[in-house]
Parts: sequence; C-alpha cells; structure tokens
Amino acid sequence: MIKELTKKDMLIESLNELDFSNEPQFALDLRANAKSALENLEFPTSKTEYWKYTRIGKIINRTYGIQHEPSNSNIDISSYLIPELDANIIVLVNGFYREDLSKIETENGIKISSLKSVISQSDSFIKDHLGEIAKVENELFIALNTLCFTDGVYIDLDKNAVIEKPIHIINITNSNNLISNTRTIVKAHDNSSVKILESFVNLQGNESFTNNVSEIFMNPNSQVEYNKIQNKEGESYQISTEQVYQRKDSNFTINTITLQGTLVRNNLNIEVQGEGCETNLNGIYLGKDKNHIDNHTIVDHIKPNCNSNEVYKGVLDDNSVGVFNGKVFVRPDAQKTNAYQQNNNILLNDNAVINSKPELEIYANDVKCSHGSTTGQLDKEAIFYLQARGVSKKTATNMMINAFVKDATDNISIPALKNYIDTKIDTRFGNKN
Amino acid sequence: MLSIKNLHANIEGKEILKGINLEIKAGEIHAIMGPNGSGKSTFAAVLAGREEYEITEGSVDFEGNDLLDLNPEDRAREGLFLAFQYPIEIPGVSNVNFLKTAINETRAYKNKDAITAKDFLALVKEKSALVELDSKLASRSVNEGFSGGEKKRNEIFQMAMLDPKLAILDETDSGLDIDALRIVANGVNTLKSPDNATIVITHYQRLLDYIIPDFVHVLYNGKIVKTGGKELALELEEKGYDWIKTENVEL
Repeated sequence: MIKELTKKDMLIESLNELDFSNEPQFALDLRANAKSALENLEFPTSKTEYWKYTRIGKIINRTYGIQHEPSNSNIDISSYLIPELDANIIVLVNGFYREDLSKIETENGIKISSLKSVISQSDSFIKDHLGEIAKVENELFIALNTLCFTDGVYIDLDKNAVIEKPIHIINITNSNNLISNTRTIVKAHDNSSVKILESFVNLQGNESFTNNVSEIFMNPNSQVEYNKIQNKEGESYQISTEQVYQRKDSNFTINTITLQGTLVRNNLNIEVQGEGCETNLNGIYLGKDKNHIDNHTIVDHIKPNCNSNEVYKGVLDDNSVGVFNGKVFVRPDAQKTNAYQQNNNILLNDNAVINSKPELEIYANDVKCSHGSTTGQLDKEAIFYLQARGVSKKTATNMMINAFVKDATDNISIPALKNYIDTKIDTRFGNKN
Repeated sequence: MLSIKNLHANIEGKEILKGINLEIKAGEIHAIMGPNGSGKSTFAAVLAGREEYEITEGSVDFEGNDLLDLNPEDRAREGLFLAFQYPIEIPGVSNVNFLKTAINETRAYKNKDAITAKDFLALVKEKSALVELDSKLASRSVNEGFSGGEKKRNEIFQMAMLDPKLAILDETDSGLDIDALRIVANGVNTLKSPDNATIVITHYQRLLDYIIPDFVHVLYNGKIVKTGGKELALELEEKGYDWIKTENVEL
C-alpha cells in the first residue's frame, strides 16, 4: 500500500534538499530529533485549541523554494535602519547571516556571531543548550525550524557585561515563494544587560514564509530588552516563536510591534524559573487590508515574588483580523506574584475583527493578578472636541491612536526606536480620512 | 460678525431649532437664556459644526464665510470657539501639545509660520495665569482627572490660547462654585476686546452679574422669543420662564 503524501510530508520532503552533513554530531542529533518529533506533530486545524482563530492554509497550501547557501547579492539596507539609532547591525537574508552587510563593533563582554559558525565550532554553550527551551516535541513550527534553520544569530554576553549599544538584527526576505528558517540565541550571563531589536522585512519577497525561533537564556540578575518589529509588505507569512527562560532577579522586556503582515503568528513563551523576576510583555498590532495578526503569549510563574505586566494594543482597520490570547500561570509555589494583563482594541472599520482571550490560571493563594480586554471605536466626541479647537480630523484621529497605543510603547527604552514607531503610526493613520 | 437667518436644525428627524435670527457685531456680548430643552445647546453645537445635526433651512454668515459650509476645524480656524458644557476627558492626549498643534494648524491655514517653542511656552504661562490654572494641569492629558471647575477653567484657558473672534460659552457656569465662576468670568472679561464677540448661553442670571451682556435673548421652543438689554435677565430671574412661556402662547 502506498501512503498518500500529506502537506507536511511534502514540505519536509522539499526541506530535505538542505544539506547539513558538515555539521558536528550534536547538531545532527538535534535535527534528527526534530525530524522524528515531526512525525508525531500535525499541522494545526480549527480543532486545535491553540490555533483556533488562525487558519494556516495560506501558509501550507503552497510550495516554497529554499535557498541553500548565502548569496552575495548586494542589498541596500538603508531603508531598514532606524533613523538616529547607533546600533550594531546584523543582516540576515533569506535565512543566512550576511557578514558583508552587517556592521558590528563589539564592546568588551559581548560576542555577536553567526549561529551557523558557532555550531561548526561546537561552541560549548550552543552544544549544551541549543533547542533546550524551544522543545521540538511541543510545537510543529519549532520542530520545523530545528530541522532546517539555515543560520541565525548568537548573542553571547559575559558576566557583568552591560552593553550600551543596541543590537539591530535585520531579517530580510528578498525572494518570492521562499521559506526561510532562522534561529536566534541569546545567552545573558549573570548581571549582564542588552537591548536587541529584530526587524522582519521583505524586499519583494512576495508569498514567502518566515519561520523564526528565538531562545533567550537569562542568568541571575540579567536584563534583556527585545524589540520585535514586523513590517513585511505585500503577501507575507510569518510564524515567530520566542522562548525565554528567566532565572532569579532577571528582567525581561519584549515589545512586539506588528505594523503589517498577511498572516503573522507570534508565540511567546516565558518561563519564570527564579524569584524576584520582572517580566514585561507589550505589543502593538496595526492590521489593514486582510491582515491576520495573532499574538499568543504564555507567562509561567513558577517561583515566588515575581512581577509580570502585559499590555497589548490593537488597531484594526479594513478587513483585518486580530487575535490575542494571553495566558498567565501562577504555580502553587509562586506566592506573592503580581501579574497584570491587559488587551485593548480599536476597530476602525465595521469589517475588522478581534478575538481576544485573556486567561489566568492561578494555583497559589497569595497573589495579585488581574486581566482585562476591551474592544471599541475611536471616541467621536473626543475627535470633535479636538476639531473644535482647530485640529484637523486627520490629526485628531492620529492623536487618538497614538494616545491609545502609548502605554504599550512606554517600555521601549530606545528613544530612536520609539520615534520610529510613532512616525510609522503617524504616516499610517495620518493619511486616512 | 455673525449673521444668522432663519436657522432650522433637526436631530434624528426631530426639529430642535425652528427659525433662529440673530445678528452679532464685534465688541458685543450676547446672552442666550432659556428653559431646559429650549434648544440652547443645540444652537451652540450647530454653530460649532457637530455633525449629528441636520440643517434644514437658513443660513449663517461668519465674517463673510458661509459657516455651515465649513468643517468644524475650519470654523475654529476662522475664529469660532465653543466652550463645551461638558468638556470631555481625553486620556493620553496632552493638553498643551494638542493646543500647540491646534495653533499651528490654524497658523498654517492662514499661511503663517508655526509658533516658536519659546513663544508658545510664554503664551501658556500668561494664559494659564489668567484663569488661575495650575501649569501642571495645563500639561496633563486633556481634562483627565480634572474637577468640574478645572475643566471649565481649562476651556477658558484654551479660549485664551486660541484668541477667537467669536466665543460661544455653553453653560460654562453650570456646576461652578462662586469662586470658579468669578475666575471664569474674569477670564472672559479680560479677553473681551472691540474686535471680538461673545455668546454666553446660560440657564441662570447669576453668570450675567459677572459678564455683563449688551443683549439678552430668550430662546424658547427653538426660537428667539424675546430680546432685550441686560435688565431682561433680571426680569426673567424674578418672574421665571413661565412668564415667557405664557407670553409666547399669547403671541
């Protein structure tokens, strides 16, 4: 009997063309492990609770090409830079680290490398920890990434390294119908501190699919701010997973800014495995046309005396769809947890949709937790008030949207990035009405 | 300055204004009084350009412009100001920042250069002192967490900042204690000049002890049924609105 090939089989089949045979044994084992995990995982359907509001047909009902090795095509990255931002620039194109386009001047205490190169050197941390928290058996897209990520970035912070200069990873797709898988690893040693931004953009790159996974390992008293800017034009698909492991007294902030995207799914999983941790999760998503933007977050409070704050703000226009599912676990030992979660949405159009599901699961009895979700429209009275003072309707609308998203951008500590986001919002909504 | 002829306005099919005629010249203060539901606030809203109202008949000329043809922001830029009866709270929008935008958009509309930051700050300082508005309040989010009196003072502060030709005060006295009333009235009186005009809409005569009108109009059932000098307000206070209602029936 001949078994009919499923879409999953066909996708894996096409990825088999990638040749990793030069990699050291630990990486080969990891990939083999991912492959066997994939056998037990299926593409999610509407019956899969975790994927209930997001159909992935658009992603899986097509065939993709793959790039086998880095190209040396020249790409003008200037339009992807954040104005006024002095940062170390790392450029990934179609899944590959492009040293020639990157611009790194590292300070003491930090190493920024191509993941592929540190794998080939059998770096001891990578050898021991790659794939440790992004577990292949948990999620198909993690397994897929592990099976075939072509390259990525490794950011290695020494003990006590406080890095001033932000690191800007520009993840570019410039080919149509391409699948690319990248992996980012951040190792924040004791008392270290770093600010990272990663922007996902495309240059042409129509109907391409980016599946990226980040693993962020945080040692005691380390601080990581991770800013993720998703701004892929045209028809584009992205599934993105951040897996974070926090040890005691660490402080993790993530700001997820989705400016557009045909289908964007963010899976953010934070394991708070130490006391005295601070976790901030903020998100802004601006849907237009038929964009579908889905943010799934999990904060797992395992130890006592930790705080988490989550604010996600959505502005949805046209026929766009937003999904927010935020889950906070407070485990039995996690006494004195403060966990706050909030999701607010503005629908600018009658055809726009939001599915919002804030969830709390509390197993401890001495905690402060709250969650809430609102959906509404811009306050017409407020817009009229501003107009009655001589402010145009367009500017008034803009002011209102900026005011609405403001508390979700407050945690971006890089002023140039904040200005950049403000400008993006202004140009996006300023030209309406 | 303002010439209103036979103004009719509906909301949701119901006629509220039923033929208002009013002439206002520069330098004048007009009071519009009337019982609840007579159409006072509708009148103010229609002049400011609130879009829920449908103008079915009549015309409004403001300094040579067809006012009804302008959108709300252009009315403001031409020099019309409405002090709201219920100033709205706008969290996240800074009072002074939005005023700066309002001033600069108005200046651009008149082909003038933007105000400098220094001049703007000086203006904020001067005008907030006029209505005794704490400069901290001036820079907070619009009306957020303001008391009733602070909201009304903020309206007059904004009026002072924008320096309108015609200010319409919609029941600015409602809910004010006597001190706040005095401060608000003092602000209005200080801003008065031979070049501008004010419409004071009120239910009570009390405010008119502080802001002395040149004309008092009584609005009843969507029409101005009586016009007189400041003494008319006192007469109304004494006899109550029933007097007008009966007289109106007799007309």
